[in-house]
Amino acid sequence: MSYLHSIGQYFLMIKEIFRKPTKWSVMRRLVFKDIDDLIINSIGIVSFIAFFVGGVVTIQTALNMTNPLIPKTLVGFATRQSVILEFAPTFISIIMAGKVGSFITSSIGTMRVTEQIDALEVMGINAINYLVFPKFVALMLYPFLISIAMFLGILGGMAACVFGGFASLDDYIAGIQMDFIPFHMLYAFIKTFVFAFLLATIPSYHGFYMTGGALEVGKASTTSFVWTSVAIILLNYILTQMMLS
Amino acid sequence: MIEVNDIHKSFGDSEILKGISTTFEKGKTNLVIGQSGSGKTVFLKTLLGLFIPEQGSISYDGRKYSDLSTDEKSELRAEMGMVFQGSALFDSMTIAENVKFPLRMFTKQSKSEMEDRVNLVLKRVNLDDDHKKLPSEASGGMQKRVAIARAIVNKPKYLFCDEPNSGLDPRTATVIDNLIQEITQEYDITTIINTHDMNSVMEIGEKIVFLKDGLKEWEGSNKNIFKTDNEAVTGFVYSSDLFKRVQKMYLEEDL
Repeated sequence: MSYLHSIGQYFLMIKEIFRKPTKWSVMRRLVFKDIDDLIINSIGIVSFIAFFVGGVVTIQTALNMTNPLIPKTLVGFATRQSVILEFAPTFISIIMAGKVGSFITSSIGTMRVTEQIDALEVMGINAINYLVFPKFVALMLYPFLISIAMFLGILGGMAACVFGGFASLDDYIAGIQMDFIPFHMLYAFIKTFVFAFLLATIPSYHGFYMTGGALEVGKASTTSFVWTSVAIILLNYILTQMMLS
Repeated sequence: MIEVNDIHKSFGDSEILKGISTTFEKGKTNLVIGQSGSGKTVFLKTLLGLFIPEQGSISYDGRKYSDLSTDEKSELRAEMGMVFQGSALFDSMTIAENVKFPLRMFTKQSKSEMEDRVNLVLKRVNLDDDHKKLPSEASGGMQKRVAIARAIVNKPKYLFCDEPNSGLDPRTATVIDNLIQEITQEYDITTIINTHDMNSVMEIGEKIVFLKDGLKEWEGSNKNIFKTDNEAVTGFVYSSDLFKRVQKMYLEEDL
């Protein structure tokens, strides 16, 4: 019953995000601040992870291609497909559930504990709109981050492939250009938008409705990471089934 | 003026407010006192509209809260100022930005008009030079004064304070008490203060409502709280020898 209550409360919160909007002059500053906190500040870690995991994907693929009849171009092809279809949208989103999700939960949760949310509500401000809407708007730029991850993942793969001696640069480039299906990009970005919505709303829900003190803020951050990851994995399966099968 | 009529509020099976009726007058410092767990904070948050009572009604200058539309409730809330126990300042904003916040949200004033108002209000609470400090850089007393400034900057009709001098030294606590009383009279607003500080009761309690176990046990003023024979009130008030002596002094004065 408590799960059903939480799910209902989550959807009511989503409705509330778009009701009674905060003045644009105030909202604008919040949106820019959240773009900085959630997107710009994540570029470094996303780039680092994307580059090296792209390299690992390439090495694993190359090491498993023991049959000499398999063309070397397949290394680049497999890397591109793995990075675009799964690694960049899904794997990076799980990492972001940890980084951005726990940031959102703890910052909103701390505002709850220190009565700052009560202060907003007493003033007649729609606290959910004030706190969650800027995060929602900021995370609409999430595909920008995923594009960087895609590019650097493939670049990392290229570096690992060439410097590791698994295939030549020409083979790798031929591989990443082979049988390219533009719909796969659309599929990846649709997933990215859905995950961005989850990243903005689930951690906000856990922060906004938390009760207790500082210890509970930590617990709420952990719970929010778990549920955001679960939602991402489930929706990843559903979307893949719907769009690719 | 705020009129409270038979309000009940429960959380699950636990009934916190069991039917409280009283009136809080304009221009007076109204104190709600009682032991911890007596329902003071729930009562104050119900008056603020943060909790909806299951039964009873609250009227703000004749406007019954339950009869108001969502927009009218928001307008009413914009007429309220609140000083929270922990100040509840927005920690990402400077002191001046905290005070300016209600003006940015609810008025169409120009930047210079807002700045003038913020400077005036900060001066009123004796914070002339600390506009650019963050709340984390301010002392407890300073944070309380910023919270008062933020609460009054938009000229509220109702001011609510939840234990405004908790955690402060006696001297700063008195300064805060006197400041709230002066502002109440100066702006002619209805002020309700939750406290269990007997010093506040003595200093500024023009009207006192004593709560016990979610019920109004007694009401009166600081002048007659020492004369009451209500056991719950006397048990609360005379929990220290100091106040037993104060009572004696008061009664002797009266004779």
